[in-house]
Amino acid sequence: MFLLYFKTWRIPVLKICCVHFGYCVFKCVYFSVRHDIACHVTVCSFKMAAEDLPSQFDVVILGTGLTESVIAAACSRVGQSVLHLDRRNYYAGNWASFTFNGLLSWIEEYKNQQKVQITESEQVWRSLIDEGEDVVPLSSVDSSISNLEVFCYASEEEEKEEETKAPLTSCQPVNAETVSEETTGDSTEAQDTVTEPSQSQEEKDSQPISSPADPPVEVEKKITYQKLVKEGRRFNIDLVSKLMYSRGALVDLLIKSNVSRYAEFKNIGHILTCRNGKVEQVPCSRADVFASKQLTVVEKRMLMKFLTFCLDFEQHPEEYQDYTEKPFREFLKNKKLTENLQDFVLHSIAMVTQQTLTEEGLKATQHFLRCLGRYGNTPFLFPLYGLGEIPQCFCRMCAVFGGIYCLRHSVQCLVVDKASNKVKAVIDTRGQKISCSHFVVEDSYIRDEQRQSTAYRQISRAVLITDRSVLPSESDQQISLVTIPPLESSAPAVRMVELCSSSMTCMPGTYLVHLTCSSSGTAQEDLAPVVSELFHVSTIPGEEPSEGAEERSKPAVLWVMYFNMRDTSALDSSSYSLPSNVHVCTGPDGSLGSDCSIKLAESVFHHILPDEEFCPPAPNPEDIIYDGDGPQAEGPGFDESVNTEAEEEGAAHEKNPSTEPAEMDSVADTTPSSEE
Amino acid sequence: MHGRVKVKSTAQQEEEKRKEREKKLKAFVSARDAVLRKRSAGEHDEEALQLTQQLLSSNPDFATLWNYRREVLLQLETSREKDEVQKLYESELHFIEACLKVNPKSYGCWHHRSWVNTRLPQPDWTRELGLCDRCLSLDERNFHCWDYRRVVVKESGVSVEQELQFTDRLIGSNFSNYSSWHYRSTLLPQLHPQPAPDSASNTSPSPTASPQIHSHRVCEEQLLKEYELAHNAFFTDPNDQSAWFYYRWLLGRAEREEMISCVYVSRERERVSVAFSKPVHAQSEGLMLVLDGQPQQVEWRSTHPRLRHSPVWLCDLPPGSVSDISNEHNLTVHWTEKYTHRDCALYTGCAESWCRDSATDQELFRSELSVEKSSVLQAELQSCNQLLELEPQNKWCLLTIILLMRALDPLGHEKETLAHFQTLKEVDPMRSSYYSDLCSKFLIENTILKMEYAEVRVFSLSNKNLTTLCHLDQLLLVTHINLSSNQLLRLPPQFAMLQCLEVLEADDNAIESLEGLYHLPKLEEVSLRNNRILFAIQSKCFIRNPFSAFRASAWFDLVSRSQYSSLINSYRLCRIMEGQQI
Repeated sequence: MFLLYFKTWRIPVLKICCVHFGYCVFKCVYFSVRHDIACHVTVCSFKMAAEDLPSQFDVVILGTGLTESVIAAACSRVGQSVLHLDRRNYYAGNWASFTFNGLLSWIEEYKNQQKVQITESEQVWRSLIDEGEDVVPLSSVDSSISNLEVFCYASEEEEKEEETKAPLTSCQPVNAETVSEETTGDSTEAQDTVTEPSQSQEEKDSQPISSPADPPVEVEKKITYQKLVKEGRRFNIDLVSKLMYSRGALVDLLIKSNVSRYAEFKNIGHILTCRNGKVEQVPCSRADVFASKQLTVVEKRMLMKFLTFCLDFEQHPEEYQDYTEKPFREFLKNKKLTENLQDFVLHSIAMVTQQTLTEEGLKATQHFLRCLGRYGNTPFLFPLYGLGEIPQCFCRMCAVFGGIYCLRHSVQCLVVDKASNKVKAVIDTRGQKISCSHFVVEDSYIRDEQRQSTAYRQISRAVLITDRSVLPSESDQQISLVTIPPLESSAPAVRMVELCSSSMTCMPGTYLVHLTCSSSGTAQEDLAPVVSELFHVSTIPGEEPSEGAEERSKPAVLWVMYFNMRDTSALDSSSYSLPSNVHVCTGPDGSLGSDCSIKLAESVFHHILPDEEFCPPAPNPEDIIYDGDGPQAEGPGFDESVNTEAEEEGAAHEKNPSTEPAEMDSVADTTPSSEE
Repeated sequence: MHGRVKVKSTAQQEEEKRKEREKKLKAFVSARDAVLRKRSAGEHDEEALQLTQQLLSSNPDFATLWNYRREVLLQLETSREKDEVQKLYESELHFIEACLKVNPKSYGCWHHRSWVNTRLPQPDWTRELGLCDRCLSLDERNFHCWDYRRVVVKESGVSVEQELQFTDRLIGSNFSNYSSWHYRSTLLPQLHPQPAPDSASNTSPSPTASPQIHSHRVCEEQLLKEYELAHNAFFTDPNDQSAWFYYRWLLGRAEREEMISCVYVSRERERVSVAFSKPVHAQSEGLMLVLDGQPQQVEWRSTHPRLRHSPVWLCDLPPGSVSDISNEHNLTVHWTEKYTHRDCALYTGCAESWCRDSATDQELFRSELSVEKSSVLQAELQSCNQLLELEPQNKWCLLTIILLMRALDPLGHEKETLAHFQTLKEVDPMRSSYYSDLCSKFLIENTILKMEYAEVRVFSLSNKNLTTLCHLDQLLLVTHINLSSNQLLRLPPQFAMLQCLEVLEADDNAIESLEGLYHLPKLEEVSLRNNRILFAIQSKCFIRNPFSAFRASAWFDLVSRSQYSSLINSYRLCRIMEGQQI
């Protein structure tokens, strides 16, 4: 079963052009939206039967996270043949973005995985192993996610009943029966998934099951759980919450490689912090400092002076050399910044901890400042439709240059040449032996046996759907980054990203809030205090009235999910005992930017192809030579008639929600058979 | 290499581009010729519109085509219904918008747009404002757009409050924007005008003070808010000049009232000198001299033939009219155009007489702020000093402190001011001459004040590093002046305003030109030792001055030293021009 589908093709034209001889040929016509130029590229062709997959590739890549996708694009771009696989039925692995319903299925999958241990059969591939070859099995279970908990605070009632009667279940964690009864057909499957984790949560934490509290404020605006499910397609919920530094490695790469044309971005509008329970704006740009009402003029001067110094601090070593061994905080104190300003710089601008040393803190501040003003008043960008877009953009780039994609398709084991201790082939989940000269794999596919250590750092994550922004302002369509300094100095700072509906990640009238911190306990232990500080979480009856107006001014949580994600970013090649031509890509790290992943991708690429340029700009479509002595066409050549046909089809196609792979599967499944 | 996409080489691309350009040029030239032919044939039809549209959309700076378009549009307008005219011009606006995208600073486009809006039966000003906003958000300093916006605002009657909010918004997003600060300075006096000064009239000698004099001042409460805004800006970025300039405007003095500040009459010379508060052109200003109730026919001339606009004017009275020392005369100079006048009485036994406002009375060199406001100014000075502590090298801050000190108490702060000038010259050596001139100006002002407090007619300012002379109109009555040991380069034509000057000492300067010296009627003694006087030619006219004390001298040439040694013997000009560096 093959699936070629990219969410990034906003005006996607994906059509099975001809089906014969058991081939299913996918052709793609994509439009560069900005240039209004149609470009025709044959993406790839597949053979429908497993044994028909080409048996020879330069690079086989397993996992479609950001790092793997960048490597795939880079290799394919310079002419390497790339097979890119993922065992899941969606792109981007732990970097994925899901619709609400898609997320519910993901939750279910997680739950099932906890229960079922997949039995592996060795027989299929045993016979494929020759003499002088060794086998390194890969893990078939992804254990990078843990401690998943889901709570729903949105009303379960039908909308019309709301006004007449207080919903009994308004604060109740989702209940399996009610959900599946009330949901519409197409999301039924997704609904069931929510139930189990939340029920187990109830038992564990003895959370109140029902709370017949009065419906909180504004009845008419209330969003029910049904509404969330019904509008579920409007959500694009990221598993990893990151922003893009506008002069960070990712943005530079997107621009350099021309991959940026596949995505759209929105500027982050507010940089906020939370001090003493109050959300306030962090003055970070010149205009902010000028407009700030909280700072005195002298503070303004001190802050601007400090920030100007940070921009080229390397030029003035005398200013900080006495502090290189001391924490950044002390340096800030020495610079006579007021308490206020120290907090701003440490937590919201440098985004470092109390313990961070001065030079690192200065570098972080400098990076932040250099990113200011490139695309607006804050240093950050966010990709519309969620962060999961970015890996897919690179996958698309890879496919445009001939890479072959298979989802729900993994590798069972590696075939290692005993003599050279190098991987010479892989055996996929269908038992086909595919030879390759390099194998790139995401960390979660590696078995514990191949690891030096199995102790990991973890990232605590919370995803909230709320009804209001934490900082009401003139424009309600702003993305905000909120840094919440830790209460005690030992605890980690919590980073919060609040996405508005115009970022195409949530339905109108709601906000999607991501909380991230490095874990000290489970995600819920780490983040629930912050959630209850900043948001109104309906709890037991009678509590709400006593909280009074203050509580009401906070946004209400409609739905929340907590989970921990393994942070493998600290690992390097020495952490694994694997052949030298196996390159392990670590998963997403806990930082705000993606520089770490991009740097890793670049270093892996240079490992594989030391003499090649990393992601050179893709040529303009009009500069590509097609006819005669044209490129070595992958698969069937370029066919004018087919393309026009596809174009027409394309116009009819609107945005395809990505995370409904079931639909795509059925297309791939049924078409060949109907032809026959 | 295997699997690589083939891309056209740069040479290929260049070649293609070149061909493309050639093709374009050919098309453009032929279309242009066609249009110009049509125009000379006097054809005003739709086709002309189409052709010019094609050309202008690729080159919107072709003014002739815009003119032709206007002709065509005017022609078409006559034959159409009102609805159609509206449509015609609306599509024109759309077209201009497209052209502005090609070149947002095209004079032709913007001009044509305002023209279209005047022709449009129902102009949509909201849309035009939106266009300006969009354009300014892309380039906040596009002055074409600012200009056009002013027209739109005027035509559509946007309220001043809204416009002030608009500047708030622009300044908030980036305060380095002169345009918005300046716009603000024009809006504030309209919105928060300074209440009419009721106490001011009794200090003013002119009974008919015109009401518009204070119209560009802002009321005090608003002024305080503006100070705060400017503080925020320059504390945030003290090196950005725009806020400092605005701040200086806020602190600035009102323009002086137009009036006759001094009338001087000399019996011996039968001459009247009149000083005005600012340079005027007396021949055309309707000046009238009344002597003892009799209007006199006099001819006004400026103190120096090169000064056509001058603050000081002279006229000779009819011979014998005031020469009798036992008579008392009353003299009135009327400035009919400004409805103002000044009287001067020449008493019995007096050889001369004058009537004037002294610089101290008028607080000429101070700010025009009320007493309450000087406490505000004091606070401003404090906050600037605070900033100076943080930024001891900031020139804008230093300069503003100097100005504030001058506004508060010019004499009291003299020492600090000089010290700050010294720092300024060090931190900003490129403008040291400017600072020197400014410092000279302030020193002269201070000396004038001191002189008037002492009620003497002696002006002494030696060894102060003066580089320039100013406020010479204030020195009309001065008889003795000492400018020795300065760095003066010239005695400018304005120097001729010192109509009463008898003794001039200007040793040890770098004076090269003596232009101002030739028209001084009472000059008796000049000392110009150790200067750099270069040209004898000037001296010739100097000698020919019929009123000067050297009248008797027939001729002397300064180039030859031997010749003027005789001169030295003959006159009291004993110290003139010794040690000249020729």
